[in-house]
Amino acid sequence: MTDRAVEDVAVQDILSTIRGGNEPEQGLKPRSELTARELLREVGAVLRMSEAEAAKLGDLPLDPADDQTMIINMGPQHPSTHGVLRLMLELQGETVLRCKPIIGYLHTGMEKQGENLTYMQGGTNVTRMDYLSPLNNELVFSMATEKLLGIDGDIPERAVWMRMLLSELNRMSSHLLFMATNGMDLGAVGMMIYGWREREQVLRFFQKVTGLRMNHNFIRPGGVAADLPAGWRDDVLHLLEMIPPRLEEYDTLMTGQPIWRDRLQGVGVITQAEAIALGATGPILRSTGLEWDLRRDQPYLHYDEMEFDVIVGTYGDAFDRYAIRLNEIRESIRIVHQILDRMPGGDYRIQNKKVTPPPRARIDESMEALIHHFKIFTEGFKVPEGEVYVAIESPRGEIGCYIVSDGSATPYRLHVRAPSFVNIQCLPHMMRGGLVADAVAVISSVDPVLGEVDR
Amino acid sequence: MSETAEPEVVAPAPPMLHGVPLSDSHGQRVLHPTRAAYLKLVRTLLDETYTMCADLTAVDYLTFPGRALPAGVVAERFEVVVNLLSIERRERIRLRVQVPPDDATIATLFDLYPGSEAMEREVFDMFGISFTDHPDLTRILMPEDWEGHPLRKDYDQGRIPVQFSTDFAAKERAQ
Repeated sequence: MTDRAVEDVAVQDILSTIRGGNEPEQGLKPRSELTARELLREVGAVLRMSEAEAAKLGDLPLDPADDQTMIINMGPQHPSTHGVLRLMLELQGETVLRCKPIIGYLHTGMEKQGENLTYMQGGTNVTRMDYLSPLNNELVFSMATEKLLGIDGDIPERAVWMRMLLSELNRMSSHLLFMATNGMDLGAVGMMIYGWREREQVLRFFQKVTGLRMNHNFIRPGGVAADLPAGWRDDVLHLLEMIPPRLEEYDTLMTGQPIWRDRLQGVGVITQAEAIALGATGPILRSTGLEWDLRRDQPYLHYDEMEFDVIVGTYGDAFDRYAIRLNEIRESIRIVHQILDRMPGGDYRIQNKKVTPPPRARIDESMEALIHHFKIFTEGFKVPEGEVYVAIESPRGEIGCYIVSDGSATPYRLHVRAPSFVNIQCLPHMMRGGLVADAVAVISSVDPVLGEVDR
Repeated sequence: MSETAEPEVVAPAPPMLHGVPLSDSHGQRVLHPTRAAYLKLVRTLLDETYTMCADLTAVDYLTFPGRALPAGVVAERFEVVVNLLSIERRERIRLRVQVPPDDATIATLFDLYPGSEAMEREVFDMFGISFTDHPDLTRILMPEDWEGHPLRKDYDQGRIPVQFSTDFAAKERAQ
């Protein structure tokens, strides 16, 4: 029998299964008069073919070119690519042979724009890069500017502690959102709602402090924009009380659950050597067992006085990265407790007239204050010539800011080393040889923010 | 703190590290290799536990030629800036390599740090500096058919017509 004939027989068999029976095509007979085949059709059995029928179909002649691979395009409008990430995947069957991330769909020239904004305005620009941890972006930009100004040791204590408080709460909100999106990508849709819900609580606190939920422009060169509002301590304590039991719920919902483990364990494995070679930082690097956290290893602000653990994984897989982020929320809570105990009073920004605008009340009574205010807001403050690279630990890894100053009020060059931009290079390595169904789990575990990938 | 912040390099005999001028910028160590010495220096540093290439970028000094450089370093228009990180020693070191505009090429670090691949592509895209032997030197952020290199200083912001890759009107006219 030729291949073609086998195929025809198989097709006829299916067609007869569907059409066969004693019921007229546009009629309906009583159930008692129907053949068994009709009844099967009624309950949808046609769709669930019998083993014999399925085997027949399985014997269909194979495509002579079936060793060919298929190249499929995923994104940039795919809901699980976290924005506008596009992946080209080369598949053989369900196995991913190669993967190439294609980026740039969100490129808005923020580094170019940064050269046209003064140091005062720069915060509004950098805060929009990694829009899930805006306060860390502002922090690294402010720290770089302060280093160029030579005032990095003179920032008032209260401002430093406020920066730490906001940075840690931002880490929590970012990781909570990761819990939500990671759950959503893997089908744990309930988790999505819980993650967003808890994150929103943190953002509400940010709104109370900075006036905005995101893109705050609150941490500025010289300190922060405003003092903490009345009742801030109770709000933070409320968060610290509310979140830990919720994390326990996440554990019940996901961590110990067999389906969750099966979907994540052993998926997207990366070795330590690979992660270092690829420049991966943050939870990806830590998932391979390397204790590297800039808060501890190159401390900034007052992190050297804080007691916290650097969470590391063992296998470098997606489950490790999930577990690291979950436990980093707990460590952030520990840090915030210590910050609350030690939050000093005093000024929240440096009283350097060249950098900080004078208080509103002073403008009415002092000519100099008016002039300083006018000059800072029209032409900005001048920063001495030089270049500096400052790096801090953002929720996604090392975020660096390289500023070159030519002595004017705008940066000559503003470059942001975006952790997601570098981390995304791990995707081809993590996906190689894996299943296409796991691709989504892998993207999710890298937790890229496309706003900072493309800048 | 503020009084020690100025990047002062003693002019007559700049300190050297691996035969390359070393300067200090706000307490951060900066090396100034020539293009010829670049790859060899990076290899030496890699052997010396600088196992991670944290950042690679470039600066176009077209309108700011008079920046401070240690004696013996000839200022060129472009500068490729590489930040290396030693996890073992918890140290960073920065390399600033001068690249002339008429021959804007430099060796790739891909063989030593595979993670520099995307960053070098970004520099190529934004500054037009080519990296010899880079495996895939194509535009990464801008569209493939984009003309010009946006982060160059002679590429003005907002003064160019927006380039559309699908000009439907022109296509119709051609038909």
